Amino acid sequence: MWKYPKDFPILDQKIHGHKLTYLDSAATTQKPKVVLEALQNYYETLNANIHRGVYQLSEKATEAYENTRKHVAKFIGARDPSEIIFTRNATEAINLVAYTWGEKNISEGDEILLTEMEHHSNLVPWQLLATRKGAHLKFIPLTDEGTLDLKNLDAFFTPKTKLLAVTHMSNSLGTINPVSKLIEKAHQNQTTVLIDGAQAAAHLKINVSELNADFYAFSAHKMLGPTGVGVLYGKKEILEDMPPFLGGGEMILEVYKDYSTWKPLPEKFEAGTPNIAGVVAFSAALTYLENFGMENLRQHEKELTQYALGRLKELEGLRIFGPMDISLRGGVISFTYLDIHPHDLGTVLDHQGIAIRTGHHCNQLVMRRYDVSATARASFYLYNTKEDVDILIEGLQKAKAYFDRGSKKGA
Amino acid sequence: MAWEALNDLYREVILDHYKNPRHHEKIEPHDVEQEGFNPLCGDQLTLQLKINSGKIENVGCWGKGCSISQASASILTECIYGKALEEVLSEASFFKEVMQGKSKIEEKDVGDLEALSGVQKFPVRIKCALLAWTTLEEALRFYEKTHVSSLK
Repeated sequence: MWKYPKDFPILDQKIHGHKLTYLDSAATTQKPKVVLEALQNYYETLNANIHRGVYQLSEKATEAYENTRKHVAKFIGARDPSEIIFTRNATEAINLVAYTWGEKNISEGDEILLTEMEHHSNLVPWQLLATRKGAHLKFIPLTDEGTLDLKNLDAFFTPKTKLLAVTHMSNSLGTINPVSKLIEKAHQNQTTVLIDGAQAAAHLKINVSELNADFYAFSAHKMLGPTGVGVLYGKKEILEDMPPFLGGGEMILEVYKDYSTWKPLPEKFEAGTPNIAGVVAFSAALTYLENFGMENLRQHEKELTQYALGRLKELEGLRIFGPMDISLRGGVISFTYLDIHPHDLGTVLDHQGIAIRTGHHCNQLVMRRYDVSATARASFYLYNTKEDVDILIEGLQKAKAYFDRGSKKGA
Repeated sequence: MAWEALNDLYREVILDHYKNPRHHEKIEPHDVEQEGFNPLCGDQLTLQLKINSGKIENVGCWGKGCSISQASASILTECIYGKALEEVLSEASFFKEVMQGKSKIEEKDVGDLEALSGVQKFPVRIKCALLAWTTLEEALRFYEKTHVSSLK
């Protein structure tokens, strides 16, 4: 028996009379007991505002908060904890770059290179920036298989290409992109690179220094941590050169009537009281992942995904999106089934206790590329098992039978 | 078993409208064409109306989306066909009230629309059921702006 589901109290419940089968970890993961305990413990023993009290409680809270920063730096291979900026989520991390680095470095006529598989959070901030600056967006297209079409990659880089913003792993197609190669290519062109790691950081072993990414953004809640905590990694020299994002307490050094000066990294980018409890508990999530092992996690998800792809292919009329090569795909499978609309599928599966995501997954460009308005998506994490996949398959068969009832009458 | 609850949502009337949508065509000429979009799920609709002497003389509607959104659109076309604009608007607001739990569907004789009353028990699907109706309201607002005199 796979022992890990036991660590997740939420999984031990019934939905519509059935055991909960949670297959939506690409949206958010469930939290292990140790993370819930860390949250509880923070409020019971440590709660005080950080970076401002001279009393012991505040010092301890500050220490716990800063320990997570060190932990995150180690977890993703950053050289220095001051390269870790806490935000609300990956979206805010990307917006931070757009509103600070972008304001300073993007001018009229410049080009921002994206891909057609970007989540709206790594697309809309750049649209807004491009509109403010009169810059242009360019998109690396997708192959029919759901990978980036890199045939004409050279042609996408011009002297005007100031930024490449690309996802490390697609949240709808599951595709793992060759970001190392893309970063190298971009740097040859003096193009700065932001990697959207919202999916990848949760599922792959990441080393931002080896990758040589300039920015790397991700969210705690997709990797066992609490909601409301995001991370922006940025190279120190780039972050230091950026103007601040939000103004307010804790990010200032001296304040006068007409101007202020900023604290050094990382406080310069952390105005106001942050999600202290969430950040502190995030460290417990990282420890859990370290104990599990990111390589083991990848191996577990590969096996599950391989098994799921095989079983899904058995179903006639089931269309799978994204690469079938498991080395190119994380534990995310988007699909459509016969002419059953994904929402109807989602509702019928819900009534069997199965939670999947349905819709456009904040990926309208991808939906348009493959000419669908929505897909169903099952995504896995360390608590999922082959039995969950079997339950999904059985659920899909029951959904088909359920809607066949309608077509007999309607035809 | 949870299937009984599901049957409240997926009544056979609804599946029938979904598989055999009524007035599922472009109409020429028309006075208004209005698109409706539900960004949460990607449901989309296009509604065309031909209005004459304050009445819906003809209607066409097509789109992509879940059975609830598309069946609701099909039922809407039957509900409003040939009716006076005021009556149509009052039907739209009545249906909204039903979805919000403020009115009971039994209060009025609404034909196949009755079949959608079960959606109320599925809060996340209410938007699907309402899409066609909010699109209709937008279409009529647009019509009002451009043809004020004919509404009077």
